[in-house]
Amino acid sequence: MGQELFRLKAHEIRGAIRRGETTATEVTQSVLGRIGAVEGKVQAYTEIWGDYAQQRAADIDRRIKAGEDPGPLAGVPIGLKDNYCTTEGTTGCCSKILKGFRSPYNGTVVEKLLDAGAVFLGKLNMDEFAMGSSTENSSVQKTRNPWNLRCVPGGSSGGAAAGIAAHEAAVTMGSDTGGSIRQPAALCGCLGLKPTYGRVSRYGLVAFASSLDQIGPFTKDAEDMALIMGVIAGRDPRDSTSADIPVPDYSKALRDDIKGLRIGLPKECFTDALGAEMREKILAAVEVLKAQGAQVVEVSLPHTEYAIAVYYIICTAEASANLARFDGVRYGYRHPDAKSVEDMYRLSKSHGYGPEVQRRIMLGTYVLSSGYYDAYYLKAQKVRALIKKDFEDAFQSCDIIATPTTPTPAFEFGAKTDDPLEMYLSDIYTSSINLAGIPGMSIPCGLTASKLPAGLQLLGKPFDEETLIRVAYAYEKHSGWERADAPIT
Amino acid sequence: MEYEAVIGMEVHVEINTKSKVFCACNNDFHAPPNTHVCPVCLGMPGVLPVLNIGMVEASVAVGLALNCKISRWSKMDRKNYFYPDLAKNYQISQYDLPLCHDGEMEIDIEGGTKRIGITRAHMEEDTARNTHTIGTRESGVDFNRCGVPLLEIVTEPDIRSADEAFAYLTALKQILQYLDVSDCNMEEGSLRAEANISIRPKGTVEFGTKTEVKNVASFSGVHKAIDFEIRRQRAALDKGDAIVQETRGWDADKGITFVQRSKESAHDYRYFPDPDLVPVVVDEAWEQRIRESLPELPRARNHRFQAEYALSPYDAGVVTSTRAMADYYEATVKAGAPAKLAANWIMGDLQGMLVERKLDIAQCPVTAASLGEMIRLIEDGTINGKIAKDLLPEMIDSGKSADLLVKEKGLVQISDRGELEAIVRGVLDANPGPVEDFKAGKDRAKGFLVGQIMKATKGKGNPKLVNEILERLLAS
Ligand SMILES: [Zn+2]
Repeated sequence: MGQELFRLKAHEIRGAIRRGETTATEVTQSVLGRIGAVEGKVQAYTEIWGDYAQQRAADIDRRIKAGEDPGPLAGVPIGLKDNYCTTEGTTGCCSKILKGFRSPYNGTVVEKLLDAGAVFLGKLNMDEFAMGSSTENSSVQKTRNPWNLRCVPGGSSGGAAAGIAAHEAAVTMGSDTGGSIRQPAALCGCLGLKPTYGRVSRYGLVAFASSLDQIGPFTKDAEDMALIMGVIAGRDPRDSTSADIPVPDYSKALRDDIKGLRIGLPKECFTDALGAEMREKILAAVEVLKAQGAQVVEVSLPHTEYAIAVYYIICTAEASANLARFDGVRYGYRHPDAKSVEDMYRLSKSHGYGPEVQRRIMLGTYVLSSGYYDAYYLKAQKVRALIKKDFEDAFQSCDIIATPTTPTPAFEFGAKTDDPLEMYLSDIYTSSINLAGIPGMSIPCGLTASKLPAGLQLLGKPFDEETLIRVAYAYEKHSGWERADAPIT
Repeated sequence: MEYEAVIGMEVHVEINTKSKVFCACNNDFHAPPNTHVCPVCLGMPGVLPVLNIGMVEASVAVGLALNCKISRWSKMDRKNYFYPDLAKNYQISQYDLPLCHDGEMEIDIEGGTKRIGITRAHMEEDTARNTHTIGTRESGVDFNRCGVPLLEIVTEPDIRSADEAFAYLTALKQILQYLDVSDCNMEEGSLRAEANISIRPKGTVEFGTKTEVKNVASFSGVHKAIDFEIRRQRAALDKGDAIVQETRGWDADKGITFVQRSKESAHDYRYFPDPDLVPVVVDEAWEQRIRESLPELPRARNHRFQAEYALSPYDAGVVTSTRAMADYYEATVKAGAPAKLAANWIMGDLQGMLVERKLDIAQCPVTAASLGEMIRLIEDGTINGKIAKDLLPEMIDSGKSADLLVKEKGLVQISDRGELEAIVRGVLDANPGPVEDFKAGKDRAKGFLVGQIMKATKGKGNPKLVNEILERLLAS
């Protein structure tokens, strides 16, 4: 094939390889070439597994030649966020405390992707332990937004979003605790899905906040979203919180039919906090859907204003326990000057974690402390139930909810690093979705005047990722957006 | 002043499920260090716990045996603290919603029985084991024990003396062993007991300040430690000193308790529900299935043995001390042995011989059927008791049945009157001196003569007949 293979979508690669028009090796080499060309500017990857990927591609080509079924993702080059446990390479969560850590096992999703024939390219940059909204909290490097190299890619899965936007992978995999897939997807102009809590196994995802974390894909279109979800969704006996609910055939959602679909627009999401330009983009996208026969209804999510506060109490509480294990006793960074066990803990953690992680551990420790538990953690859990109820009520009158993914497009490096609260507000439209546990997808909906992508967030009923994929598919067909590409060469 | 002790017990029991409580590792911490470990119990990044259903079932069984209410809905919590033996630096435990709660247990005390309230029994995971090598400044951690299922059983402050605490622990251990949920080996730490002890002026209701005594390696140690602690507290109060709330250890060599940790340094464990685990739901049907699978418990069996087999309370207590012995006893009786005789043989000779051979009754080479047969042979006069006492060790060591050994060795008792009389006459003729002594009133001489007769019969003389013939001939 004469064209630039690295620009292909996963389903196109799959088709071309099956038809014998190209090979996994050719695709992998093309993508590795692209990485070589643009990675100096983007810096999406913290680790590139060139030799491994080529061997893996060659192996898949051999299997295809031998007439074996190489799996639904045979030869599809995929990048993984650095918090996915892999026996290949290192799993460092972009933290000094886990730098160089080699996982003794592959996580469930990693295994599923491997079984499906994926070719892993390496590990992608992220905010340390997935805590952040700009990937500036990575201890490794800064990832740049392929649309404007002076801007952040969003976070925490910034490497995954920038990497796919720059065609450094056909698909990338991230994790979303309060918007960490959807927000960078919006800022980098790609699709990003946070599935329903429990839809995808968390086994092998280094935990940030266990009741909120969910694994999800970044893709170039809706069809790829269906393809990847078909591979990674489903009950995992190693994850008690994974749901024992049958996985639908997501490819059936790929039909251009949204006639009669009811789209809820929450009035709380269209206040003055949303810039005029973003509002215009979102409403224009909704118009595209309306033109295809969808109906728009106004809904209300009355507890939205508490979402950020509740989110930061719950996620920091869980994180304070989840991160306790990084103590230098069994693996990871151990400060060399420690003279006692307590010293070892204190020095290893003080030097191993960056400031944002330390801030969240302290916050979480505080809200769980005796005397404060009821006022913070317990109350937050009660409000969380109300937020969940808000969505249940709203879905009585609509099939999906549409909101902006972010209040603003990508911002410049350093713009919010001095003010954690300002940074936390990047997740204003996304964090309540993790609290409610429902699925949410960000899809690109055009460019602002400054040529930065805007993202439309689609929210579904629990375990109804199909409808999100169907709406994304219809939007793609009629928006013309899908042909737009980041201006990086 | 006269004081009354107020004591509550906390017991940790390692439950003998096949695998650990949250991973598939073998539940056996006797193996070489760090051989039964996996990413989950090592607390590696990204792992998740999955609750072992076997642990829930064993815990419900214990709860039911202790007359607890079983929570339809309970949850697992994280208990946060830093220690190198704790892989995740939090322990998964149950905080405010234990699986079993509000139970009670009956124990025997002097002059009757007493009810001990069971506050709760909850599931948790054991920690790893730290080893410190003296001189090298190095510490090792063996994670084989990390994630071993642990059940913590807490009593109400209903215990009033060291004797009662000892009786409680003994009865609890007996129940746990009957349920076959733990080997309850205190030396190896599969059962650990802690006592919360305070004293108050007799007749008052308010609790005094308590101390917690930990790390005692035996029940008798617990008994001594409680006794010591009561005396220590009484002396302190009599002197006008205040009791300090603290954790104290037990120095078995010196026979004293000593301060380990004061209340001021107590942890804030920051408990919260573990988001990695789903609620533990035990519905009525499941509880009922577990209830139906419970074995007859020691007290019930003890009372039944007294009623059904007319055993004395003492005999019934000994025979039901372990489930294996009670099973063995019942099988022996079912094999045709009279109840009292069976109890005597099992509690006496058999038990002694097993102890000598370091065998447990569950490993006894003589089956209950075989022992029953042996006792039947005594009963029907085929062999005498003396022969049986010699026969039993042979049965143990050879594994042969009593019947077979009797035939092989020609041990059938001589009950032929004529044959025995001839032997007795021979002995009397050969021992005129002792015969004279007897007639002169020396009773001891008769014992000598019996001994000579049994020797002449190679021990096979029917003792009753020998006695009868001897008395008749001596009197003539
Ligand atoms: Zn394990």
